[in-house]
Amino acid sequence: MSEKIISQNVSRKNMIEAIRDALDVTMERDDNVIVFGEDVGYFGGVFRATEGLQAKYGKSRCFDAPISELGIIGAAVGMGAYGLRPVPEIQFADYILPAYDQIASEAARLRYRSSGEFTAPMTIRTPTGGGIYGGQTHSQSPEALFTHVAGLKTVIPSNPYDAKGLLIASIEDDDPVIFLEPKRLYNGPFDGHHDRPVTPWSEHAASEVPDGHYTVPLGKAAITSEGSDVTILAYGTMVHVAQCAAEETGIDAEVIDLRTLLPLDEETIEKSVKKTGRCIVVHEATKTSGFGAELMAVVQELCLYSLEAPIIRITGWDTPYPHAQEWEYFPGPARVGDALRKVMGE
Amino acid sequence: MNNEAPLSLHVPEPSSRPGDKPDFSHISVPAAGTVPKPDIDCAPASIRELAYDMVRVLDDNGVAIGEWVPEVDDYFLLKGLTVMLKTRLFDERMFMSQRQGKTSIYVQCRGEEAVACAQRMALSQGDMCFPSYRQQGLLIAQDFPMVDMINQIYSNSKDKLGGRSLPFFYSERDYGFFSISGNLGTQFMQAVGWAMGSAIKGDTKVASGWIGDGSTAESDFHSALVFASTYKPPVILNVVNNQWAISTFQGIASGESANFACRGHGFNIPSIRVDGNDFLAVYSVSKWAIDRARRNLGPTLIEWVTYRAAAHTTSDDPTKYRPADEADYWPLGDPIERLKTHLIGKGIWDEAQHEALTKALKAEVKAAAKEAETYGTLGKGAVPAVSEMFNHVYKEMPAHLRKQRQEAGV
Repeated sequence: MSEKIISQNVSRKNMIEAIRDALDVTMERDDNVIVFGEDVGYFGGVFRATEGLQAKYGKSRCFDAPISELGIIGAAVGMGAYGLRPVPEIQFADYILPAYDQIASEAARLRYRSSGEFTAPMTIRTPTGGGIYGGQTHSQSPEALFTHVAGLKTVIPSNPYDAKGLLIASIEDDDPVIFLEPKRLYNGPFDGHHDRPVTPWSEHAASEVPDGHYTVPLGKAAITSEGSDVTILAYGTMVHVAQCAAEETGIDAEVIDLRTLLPLDEETIEKSVKKTGRCIVVHEATKTSGFGAELMAVVQELCLYSLEAPIIRITGWDTPYPHAQEWEYFPGPARVGDALRKVMGE
Repeated sequence: MNNEAPLSLHVPEPSSRPGDKPDFSHISVPAAGTVPKPDIDCAPASIRELAYDMVRVLDDNGVAIGEWVPEVDDYFLLKGLTVMLKTRLFDERMFMSQRQGKTSIYVQCRGEEAVACAQRMALSQGDMCFPSYRQQGLLIAQDFPMVDMINQIYSNSKDKLGGRSLPFFYSERDYGFFSISGNLGTQFMQAVGWAMGSAIKGDTKVASGWIGDGSTAESDFHSALVFASTYKPPVILNVVNNQWAISTFQGIASGESANFACRGHGFNIPSIRVDGNDFLAVYSVSKWAIDRARRNLGPTLIEWVTYRAAAHTTSDDPTKYRPADEADYWPLGDPIERLKTHLIGKGIWDEAQHEALTKALKAEVKAAAKEAETYGTLGKGAVPAVSEMFNHVYKEMPAHLRKQRQEAGV
C-alpha cells in the first residue's frame, strides 16, 4: 500500500464505512457529484452505503430512484452529458442487465462517437459476488460483461483502504467506471471458511483508512503478499481466499490483488510470473469466457517461456449460482489449495 | 371436456399493402382550430381529451385558425418555410450522393420536416435536443453549416467525428444537438436525465427527447415516462408517429389499440396529439410545452402525427411493404406545401418567389456538397487517419490500446 498518506488521521473502518466515506468526501468537494439509486436516499441503501448522505447534502444530491436499472443508468448518461458526475447505485450486480444497453452501447461509447464533445463520467457502484446465500439473483460476478466493452473501466476492491481510494479515483475519473463491491467483504475479510466465526475488519491492517481525500490509482495492481514459487492472480473476495490457501498449504505464493481489471496492470503480472514461473488464476464467476481466460491469455503472451507448469484456473462452475450448494460452488481455500499443490507438482 | 373455442393470436395488419388502394380512414382528421389551448399551468387531468384529439392550426385552405395560432411575424414564417425546404433539398442531394457511392447510408426526413424545424425554432440557445436520427431539421433550422454535415456524412478528412460514426450521426453540442446513437430509444431516457441535471443545478435550460412510434415499444420509453413523471424535470417528450418503422406499421407498436399521446395519462403527464405536418401547430404546441418546462411545471408528452414519405433509409424499398402511392393519400398533406399555401394566402409569398427560393437553396446545397467532396468521400480521396479509430475510446489512451495501435501500424 505504497500510496498510503501518512500525514492524515486514520480511523478503522469496515468496507461499507470506507465506501460511504469516499462518497461523502467527493460530494463535499464537488457539488456535481450526485448519488442515486434504489433505496439509496432516505433509507441509505440496502447495504447502508449511502446512509446519512441525503440528510447532509439534500434531496437533489442523493435520492431514491424508481426500480428501473435502465432508467437509472440512462438518467446518469444524460446527467453526465449535462456536466454532472453521477454515482448511480445498482442494488445488486445481478440486476444490472436491464441497464446493459445504456452502459455498453451508450455510456461506454458516448465519448467515442462524439469525439469527446459529450461524455458520461459516471461511477456505477454495485455489490457483486457470492457467499451470502443469495442464490441466482444476489450472488453473480458479471465483471467479464464489462471488461469486454471498449470504453469502460472495471474496478473491484478487496479491502476498506482500497475501496475508499479506488472509489474516489473512479468518481474523479472522466470515463465511466463499473465499481464492483464484493458484498461478502462489506463487514469482514472473508477467507472462504464459512463455518468459522466471522472476522471483523478491525483486525485487518487494511481497515486503517485515512480521513479525508486520497486516491488509489486505477490500473495498478497490489502485491498482497510476496512469494517466490507461484503467482496467484485474484481480485475481490478471492484475494482473501487465495491468501488463506497459501498460508494453509505453506506454499510460498505471491498473491496479486488486481484491483482494476481494465485497464489491467500487465506489468505487475508479468514481473511476478517471470519471477515465480507458475501462475494460478482465481475468480468466483463462471469459468468459460470468464475474466480468468483473459488473464491466462495475458500470462501466456507475456511469460510463456518462464512458465514451469500449465496455468490453472479456479473459478465458479459453469452453472447458474446455486442456493443450497453455495459452498460447493464458491471456490474456497480447499480448491485453491489443491490447485497450488498441483501447480507445484506436489 | 373443454367446450371453449380455440384461442387465436391477433397480429395487426396495416390498412393497405402493395397493390391495394391506400386507406387512411382509421385516422380521423378534425377540423383545424377546434381544439382549445389550455393555460400552461393547467392540471394534466383537465386536458385529457387533448391526447385523443388533434391540434391543427392550418385548415385545408391554408388559413390559420383557433386558439393555437402562434404569435409570429412574417419573417419567422418565411424562415420556417426556408429551413423546411432546405432540409428537403439537402436530403434529396444526400440521397443521390449515397446512390453515387459517396457514403454508405442515408436517411431522409421527407414529409416530416415540420416537427424538427418548428420545434427547434421554439427552443432557445442552450436547450438540448436528444434526436433519434431523422431530425436533421434541428440543425438546418439553426443555419448550421451544411458542409460540416456533409463532411460527416462522407466520413472525409474534415469529418469532425474522425470517421468513427455512421453517416448523419451528428454531434453538435453548441447547437443543442446530442450525439446520435442509433440504438433505438436510448436517447429518450437520457433527455430526461439531462433535464434532471438542469433542475438539480437550478439552471433554466430544457431538454427535448425524440423517439419514433416504433421505438416507443422499447423499455426506454416507459422508463423515460416514469422518471419524467416522478421528478418532473424540464423535458419535452416527442413521439414522431410517422406511421412506419422500416416495414412495420405503427399497429405493431400497439398504435392500433391506443394512440401514443394517451400513454402519458397513466403518468399524469400533460399529453397532446398534434398534426405534425402543420408547421404552425408544431411551433405553437412546442412553445407551450417549452414554456411549461421552463416555468418548472414539468414534462409534456407530444405525439406528432406525420408520415414518412421516403424510405426508412437508403437500404430499403418501401414499395415492397406499402402501396407505392400511399404518401399521396396521406390525409395531413405535405408540411412544406401547407405552409407555402398559408403564406401565399397571407399575400407574403407567391409561386415565383417559391421557385426562386428553391433554385437558390438547391445551389447552396450543391455548393456545400461540392466543397465537402474536395475533402474526400467515403473511402475516396482524403480520408480520416486510420489512427483516429483508436482515439476517444478513453480520455487518455490506456497502455493496451497504445500497444494495439502500434500493432496496427498506425
